Amino acid sequence: MSEIALAAVAEPADDLAEDVPEKRVHPAVATFKRLFHHRLFITGLVLFGVIAIAAALAPWITTANPNRLAMRSKFLPPGEDWIFGTDSFGRSLWARTLYGAQLSMMIGGSVVLINAIFGTLVGAVAGYFRAADNALMRVNDALMAFPAILLAIAVTAVLGPSTMNVIIALGIVYVPRTARIVRASVIVLREMEYVQAAVAAGAGHWRILRRHILPNAMAPMIVQLSFLFAYAVLSEATLSFLGVGAVPPTPTWGGMMAEGRDFMRDAPWIIAIPGVALMITVMGLNMLGDGLRDVLDPRLRIQQ
Amino acid sequence: MIGVVLRRVASAMPVLLIVSLITFSLMRLIPGDPAAAIAGLAATPQMIAQIRADLGLDEPFLVQMASWYGNLLQGSLGRSILLGKPVVDATFERLPVTLGLSAYAMVLTLLIGLLSGIIAALRQNTMIDQIAMAFAMIGISLPSFFLGLLMIILFAVHLGWLPSGGYVPFWSDPWGWFRAMTMPAVSLAMLQAGLLARITRSTMLEVLRQDYIRTARAKGLPPRRVIFRHALANALIPITTVIGIIISLMISGSVVTEALFSLPGIGQLLTQAVLGRDYPMVQGGLLLVTALLVMVNILVDVAYALLDPRVRYE
Repeated sequence: MSEIALAAVAEPADDLAEDVPEKRVHPAVATFKRLFHHRLFITGLVLFGVIAIAAALAPWITTANPNRLAMRSKFLPPGEDWIFGTDSFGRSLWARTLYGAQLSMMIGGSVVLINAIFGTLVGAVAGYFRAADNALMRVNDALMAFPAILLAIAVTAVLGPSTMNVIIALGIVYVPRTARIVRASVIVLREMEYVQAAVAAGAGHWRILRRHILPNAMAPMIVQLSFLFAYAVLSEATLSFLGVGAVPPTPTWGGMMAEGRDFMRDAPWIIAIPGVALMITVMGLNMLGDGLRDVLDPRLRIQQ
Repeated sequence: MIGVVLRRVASAMPVLLIVSLITFSLMRLIPGDPAAAIAGLAATPQMIAQIRADLGLDEPFLVQMASWYGNLLQGSLGRSILLGKPVVDATFERLPVTLGLSAYAMVLTLLIGLLSGIIAALRQNTMIDQIAMAFAMIGISLPSFFLGLLMIILFAVHLGWLPSGGYVPFWSDPWGWFRAMTMPAVSLAMLQAGLLARITRSTMLEVLRQDYIRTARAKGLPPRRVIFRHALANALIPITTVIGIIISLMISGSVVTEALFSLPGIGQLLTQAVLGRDYPMVQGGLLLVTALLVMVNILVDVAYALLDPRVRYE
């Protein structure tokens, strides 16, 4: 019994010894390989990809103007002529959903970009320079103490409702959260021996941050940014549902659902179509984030 | 123990100070003339001047700030323009609605989140685990107002089982309150329940890998005792720290839930204040709610220290 088991173990071990030097791959390639074998990641990528591509190709997929009123063709259910049906103003829901996707992607992408820049900057400075840490983190804590949606609403109230101001509001709400995560990794990395070696070799602060610390702090940040994209899309939809987001008649998923509320008995598709689109986007991003976290940073369990 | 409380309160002070500074600055950041923005488009110059004088906007910046903090220390946050009453009164009038909704949603969150997280961890990589985690994924991805709308269509419009909206005070009609709050609470709880289930599962899995669990199993304790006395008791401690986040998410979520189900809570009060450009109300309400949340977080941290002696002796 034990001999058979030993033999079974011994054979592949021989193969392995010969194979290993040849199969050595670049770490980035290995990471991509692992990502593309991660089922959740692939599912998320497909879900999010469908919406992102639809948003990018909106002007080519539909020739209809999302804001064109046609009172004679209102409340048409989804069917042959109108793929997704029409709303209470006779506007094409297919066109409005596609252009709504464009707006969601644009706002989500901008919030992610703002966070990647300012979240990294604030987090890196707070984590690396002890003198700045306390002051920056107190402001950070204060901004995070506000309930997210309430702060976003208050900021849009002050700046006025517009697409640009929604981006600014969500930036103000979420940058402190990203900064916190970057700071946490920078604090750990700062104490690493290779950083001390870089200091001893005479490297300046900015060089150490740029070359030695930030590249190693990327993994948790990338994970955070994919979840953040989901939060941003969801928050934008919430703001426009409440009527404090982009101004009508701009097609937004949240706004479309708010308009559909009065007709939900007879025309439930007006709510269902943007709702499902929103859910696919958010779920795709969450799955993407889960996959990235599993592959890039298995220790990071609790998001937010 | 008293040291923990004092330290935590002391560290909350600068946060509250900055929170109040941010809310104070909000109205001053309105582009152009805030008084004109409050008065609206149809206002005459006299009306604008009146508002400016009422709100003290014609005073120098530092004087405005001094009077804001002076009033704050006396427990006054100004008067709501739309409601014509003190902001503090307006907020506390609406608070029971939001607190009731949040408490109901919290019970659902803890029940669903903890149970499914624990079961998923104990049955890791089985069908049960996968189904629980699929539901958790739907929970964190399904927008609460979409779920709310779907429930209204099904349970209110078509089946007629539950009211589609409106508020019934608990003390006058508990059963009516329960019926009115069930759909709002379920739609509000979904996100947090999903988050909690995911966190509970991974925390539980971490604990189950520990040496003391293996020891407990090895010395022949019944599995039930290992799970409850050794695993769960230790897993719940780190989970308490996310309760603060969950409450904050719940207050955020109640804004849209209250709007959807026409519940006259804090969220609706502030949304209407924003839409009606009632800036003193927005400012004061935001500050009050945030201050309450900061206090809740202090309580959570104190509870954490009570549960985990390591935190106390740090």
